[in-house]
Amino acid sequence: MLPIIEFDGLTVSLGGREILHGLSGALNGKAIGLLGPNGAGKSTFINTLLGFHKPSKGTVRVHGRDVCIEAMAVRRMIGYMPENESFIAGMSGVRFVRYMAELAGLPAEEALERAHEAFFYVGLGEARYRKLGTYSLGMKQLAKLAQAIAHGPNLLLLDEPTNGLDPPARLRMLQLIREIRDTPGMNLVLSSHLLHDVEECCDEVLILNDGRIAALCNLEEERKANRKFLELETIGDENAFAEAAEGMGCECALFSRGRMKIVLPNEIELRQIYQLAAEKGVQIRRMNHRRDSLEDIFLRAMEEPGASPIAPLAAHGGSPRL
Amino acid sequence: MAVYKRTYRRYDGQLTAQWSRFLVLTRYALSTLFDSRPFTAFVVLSAIPLLLTGALIYLTHSPMARTLLQVTGTGPIINVDPSFFRQVLMNQGMLAFLMTAWAGPGLVAPDLANQALPLYLSRPFSRAEYVLGKMGVLFLLLSAITWLPVLLLFALQSGLAEAGWFAENYWMMGSIFLSGILWIIVISLLSLAISAWVRWRIVASVFLFGIFFVAAAFAEMINGILSTTRGHLLNIAHLIFGVIWPSLFRLGQEVAAANPHARHPHLPPGAVVPLPPPPIPLWQAWMVVLVVCSLCLLLLNRRLRAREVVRG
Repeated sequence: MLPIIEFDGLTVSLGGREILHGLSGALNGKAIGLLGPNGAGKSTFINTLLGFHKPSKGTVRVHGRDVCIEAMAVRRMIGYMPENESFIAGMSGVRFVRYMAELAGLPAEEALERAHEAFFYVGLGEARYRKLGTYSLGMKQLAKLAQAIAHGPNLLLLDEPTNGLDPPARLRMLQLIREIRDTPGMNLVLSSHLLHDVEECCDEVLILNDGRIAALCNLEEERKANRKFLELETIGDENAFAEAAEGMGCECALFSRGRMKIVLPNEIELRQIYQLAAEKGVQIRRMNHRRDSLEDIFLRAMEEPGASPIAPLAAHGGSPRL
Repeated sequence: MAVYKRTYRRYDGQLTAQWSRFLVLTRYALSTLFDSRPFTAFVVLSAIPLLLTGALIYLTHSPMARTLLQVTGTGPIINVDPSFFRQVLMNQGMLAFLMTAWAGPGLVAPDLANQALPLYLSRPFSRAEYVLGKMGVLFLLLSAITWLPVLLLFALQSGLAEAGWFAENYWMMGSIFLSGILWIIVISLLSLAISAWVRWRIVASVFLFGIFFVAAAFAEMINGILSTTRGHLLNIAHLIFGVIWPSLFRLGQEVAAANPHARHPHLPPGAVVPLPPPPIPLWQAWMVVLVVCSLCLLLLNRRLRAREVVRG
């Protein structure tokens, strides 16, 4: 199966400056998160996928189609929700979405029907005949989402979709994003500063820093590994306990004051750890299923400039026996 | 999907032809323009001179109508010749200019002000199609009040005139069409280019007026100071109405008055009068028109981008 987005030596220069420096990789997730500090190149990356910026070197493909050579075919597949306030002046909401759907190639009657559907779907059904200029910020965000999905694209590019939304509106937006993500044949790219939003909606994350890939990790596999990753706080002979655990096939990392991290192999159950602790006379004061959260991965990626992309399980911290 | 289901679904139906997508832009823009009652009234009023001209042509050829209206004299009321059609087209051309100054600035500037271009260009829709769609608005509107109705007047004249008139003058159909199209293209491109660079509609309209009238004033100033006609190279309206159109209508340029003393009234009779300056060559007029159109396209190309790139 073709990757959703594939880039090989992708370099983009704008205004005489190199913004993206030779990015290479492939993104296969249902929902791909795009993270990075300000100026990392996230918007440039999205604009390059849309064909707004031409790569100065390298290639980028969406569903196997080169963005430079088959720009129209790529745009046919894409729905774009921009970050900033973008709309056509003087139009009502449903007319605006209908207009956008017709420009994407839908016949007039279909576009009208889908515009109404999209508005009801995002929860703006009652406000669809109002002029866009009268919408609140949250309503405008939902209207932007409606115009991005009205023509039924395969790939949604969402740039800061929860910008300026209050908590209930944000939850509603994230719920919509998850529903869209779960639609068969649908993929999305979510660019956001909010790690929690990306963590909730995405199963793969690309972290950019200064135009380079700081990390590329599969959150779904991270979540699976989470269940096998323990943080313990013990009292007693932690060395003997760690040795015995390693003898069972676990990976252990000891820290000060009885703290340790253990990665369980698939065949080891949690109750076996309890049994082992009882045998060695070790009290387990605290136990967390804690993994590197996306925040840990992000912060680590920011601290290690030029680090190679981190593979899923290798992201766990702590070398054995520190 | 029924509204009650309220789930997202992809679209797998038929798509419209790629080549016709720009017409969506034209259709919506025209609809927005005609939402304005003053504009609709202006369009309707633009037809009145044409109706009057049609009535004049009819009167010229209908002795009964002249009798009923008690029009005396046996000669023709008007000479319906190439000069006549050129004048009618010029009059309608001025109305077309006013219409462009009204409608043109509102075509591109709001999209730029509201950052709508990424929405257009994120679809299978190119910048060229965007410009084509916007120009289509002006093309349809201006054609409806310029070459199209003048062609109808030509048809009326052909029907009412004596036998052989059409055979002698059929070439005028091409002249009317080309003259109208040329004027429409030039003012449309100028209007769109100004609209792309000036975000306020009123200021853009003022700019458009300035390009024509201020340039005309400059041209006269240069001609007067340097005793030349080359100043007219700055006056696009003169180049089109006074140089290119006469050639298309096989009329020749309007040269200085035959009586040299009319040009130099301060000189005593019998004084040696300088020769009139030579008229603008046709190729120079076309060259200027081409340069103006190219400049407009260049300005549109610079401005109409999905994302502005700041050179750092």
